[in-house]
Amino acid sequence: MKIITFNIAMVSYFLASLEYFLFLIYRRPLVSTLATGTVVVGLLSHTMFIGLRSQETGHGPYTTSFEVAVFLSWLVVVVYCFTHWKYKIKDLGSFVIPVAFLILLYATFLSKEVVQFPDTEFKVLLTLHRTLSIIGFAAFAIAFGLGVMYLIQEKQVKSKKLGMMYFRMPSLESLDNLIYKAVTVGFPLFTLGFLTGSIWNFQESESSLFSMDMISIWPLIIGWVLYGLVFFGRKGLGWRGKKVAQGSVIGFVTVMVSIILHV
Amino acid sequence: MAESNLVIVGVNHKTTPVELREKLAFTKGNIEESTEKLGGFPEIDENLIISTCNRVEIYARVNDVDRGIDRLKQFICEFHDIPFHTLDKHFYAFREEETVQHLFRVSSSLDSMVVGESQILGQVKDAYSLAKSLQTTGLILNQLFEKAFNVAKKVRDETGIAESAVSISSAAVELARKIFDDLENHTVMLVGTGEMAELAAKHLITYGVKTVYVASRTYERATTLAKTLNGSALDFEHFKSELHKADIVISSTAAPKFIIEKSVVQEAIHRRNNRPMFLIDIAVPRDIAPEVNDLENVYLYDIDDLQNVVNANMEEREKEAEVAMEIIQSEVSKFNNWVESLDAVPTIVELRKRAEAVRLQEIDKTLKKMTHLSEEDRNNLHQMTSSIINKILHKPTVNLKKKTQTSEGRTYLKAIRDLFHLDD
Repeated sequence: MKIITFNIAMVSYFLASLEYFLFLIYRRPLVSTLATGTVVVGLLSHTMFIGLRSQETGHGPYTTSFEVAVFLSWLVVVVYCFTHWKYKIKDLGSFVIPVAFLILLYATFLSKEVVQFPDTEFKVLLTLHRTLSIIGFAAFAIAFGLGVMYLIQEKQVKSKKLGMMYFRMPSLESLDNLIYKAVTVGFPLFTLGFLTGSIWNFQESESSLFSMDMISIWPLIIGWVLYGLVFFGRKGLGWRGKKVAQGSVIGFVTVMVSIILHV
Repeated sequence: MAESNLVIVGVNHKTTPVELREKLAFTKGNIEESTEKLGGFPEIDENLIISTCNRVEIYARVNDVDRGIDRLKQFICEFHDIPFHTLDKHFYAFREEETVQHLFRVSSSLDSMVVGESQILGQVKDAYSLAKSLQTTGLILNQLFEKAFNVAKKVRDETGIAESAVSISSAAVELARKIFDDLENHTVMLVGTGEMAELAAKHLITYGVKTVYVASRTYERATTLAKTLNGSALDFEHFKSELHKADIVISSTAAPKFIIEKSVVQEAIHRRNNRPMFLIDIAVPRDIAPEVNDLENVYLYDIDDLQNVVNANMEEREKEAEVAMEIIQSEVSKFNNWVESLDAVPTIVELRKRAEAVRLQEIDKTLKKMTHLSEEDRNNLHQMTSSIINKILHKPTVNLKKKTQTSEGRTYLKAIRDLFHLDD
C-alpha cells in the first residue's frame, strides 16, 4: 500500500510535467486542466504516503534523508498548488513540477530504512531546524521556476527575437514581483532554519559553530548569502529584474546541492 | 453519394484589383434587391451575398452546378453593367465541398489580406442575417453558415492565428504588456507629436494607461495633443529631467540626431530605482541612441525592430493557418456527412434500425414474462411485431423517397431525423 502511494505520486508528477510541457507548446486548454488534475492526484497520494510512513515510524517526515526528500518534494507541490490557485500563472507548472519529480526520484535512491528520531535533549530545536528549512526551500523552488521564466522572457524582449515563449510567458514585472514575494517568504524561514540548525549543532557537540563537515556546510552558506543578497538587494538597493531572477535560479541550485551533501 | 449542389462565385483582393472590386460591390442600398432578384431565378434554390471591401461573393444552392455558376457570373456582370469578357478572368468559382471549404476559410480569416483579422467574421455574420431575414437561405445554407461560425470560433480558440500583433502600434502595446504587469498604473511620455506616436499612445490608453505626458519643441502642439489624450504638456527643455517618471517613452521628433543619450536614460533608470522602462523610437532618423538597450531593465525598440516583430508575427500566423486548415478539413468532412445524411436511403435505413431495436427490446421483455409459450408461438409473435413495424413504416418510406426527388426533400428528411432523434 505504502509503496503504491509513493509510486502513484512519482508517476503523477512525471506525467504532469509532460502534460505541462505539452501545454506550453501546443496550448490546448484541456491539457492544462489535465495536468493540474494529475498534480492533485499525485499530491493526494503523496500525502497519504507521508501519513502512512509517519504512522509506521512514529515521528514526522524529517528524520532520514529519504524522509526529508519526500517531505521537500511534497511541500514544493503544496506551495506550487497555492501559487497556482492564487496567481494563476499558466506555465509555472512546467518549471516547478519537474523539480518536485526529480526530488522524489532522487529519494528512491536513498535508504528507506526506518530510523528513530535522534535521541537528543534538543528535540524541538532539531525539528524546528528541519521543518523551517524545508518550507523555506519550497518557497525557493517557486522562485526558481519564476526565475527561469523571467530569464526566458527577458532574453526574448531584450534581444528582440520574439519566439513562441514570448507569447506564453507572463509580463516581466509580474514575474519580478512574484519572485520577490517568494523570496520574502523563503529567506526568513530558511534563515531561521539555518540558525536553529547551527544552535542545535553547537549545543549538541558543545563545540564551535563551524566544527561540522565543512564540505556540506559551505554550499549552504553560499546559497544563504545569495538569497540574502537577492532579498536585501531587492528590498533596499533597488535591484530588480534579471539580477534577482539570476540570484533565485543560482541560489536554488546551490541550496539543492548543499542539501544533498548536508542531509 | 449525396450532393449539396452548393456553389460560390466571387472575386477577392487576390484575384481582382481594387478598381474593379469597387465597381462590383453590393451596397447597403442594393444588396436586398439583388439578393431577392437572385432568389427569383429558377436555377437558384438558396442564395446569400457577401460584399466587403476585399471580396464580393455569392453563395448559392442551385439545381445544376454548372448552369448555376454561369447564372451567378452573368448576374454579377449584368447587375453592375460590366461586360462579361472583362470580368470572367477575375472570377473564381467553387462547387460542392470546395464551396464549404472556401466559406470556412473565409470566415476563419484564412483568406483575408491580414490573416487572422477579426472583422471578416462579423461581415459574414451580417451577410447571413440579412439573407436569412429575406428568406433567401434555406436548410442547407443555414446549416452551412451556422457551421462556418462555429469553425471560425474553433480556429480562433485552438490556434494562435489571431494572437499576435500585426501592426506597429499594436506590436508596441503587446510589448508593453509583456514588460509591465498591468498598464493601468503606468505612465507614458510622448516626445514629439508624430502621428504614429499618437496612435500608439491612444492604443496604450485603451489598455488602461492613465497618465500621459507630451513634450514637443512647439509647446502649443504639445498642449493640443495632451488635451486630446487627456494628459499634460511638458516643456521640451525639461523633458529629460522628467524622464524617470515615464514607464513608456514614445519618441517621434524630427531631430536630425539622437536626442536621448545613454547617460540620460541611465540617470532616469537610477532615479526610478531600476523599475523597467520601455522606449519606443519611431522617429527616422532615430531619436534614441541604440546603446540605451544595453542598460539593464531598459528595453529599446526602434521602428525597424517593431516592423520585424510585425513580420515575425505575420509568419507565425501563416504557420498557425496550417493548423487551422487541419481543423477546417475535418469540419468540411463533417459537413459532408451531414449532407449525405440528408439523402433518403441512409435515413430510411437508420429509421428502420431504430424501430427494429425498439421492437426487439420490447419483445424480449414480454417473452421473459411468458415462459410458457412454445417455440412456434414465440416465432409468431416475432413475425407479428415485425409486420406491424413494416406496415407502419411502409408509407412514410415510399413518400420520403418521392419527396427527396423534389425541392422539399431536405425539409422532410430533416423533420424525420429530428422527430426520431436520428442524429444523436
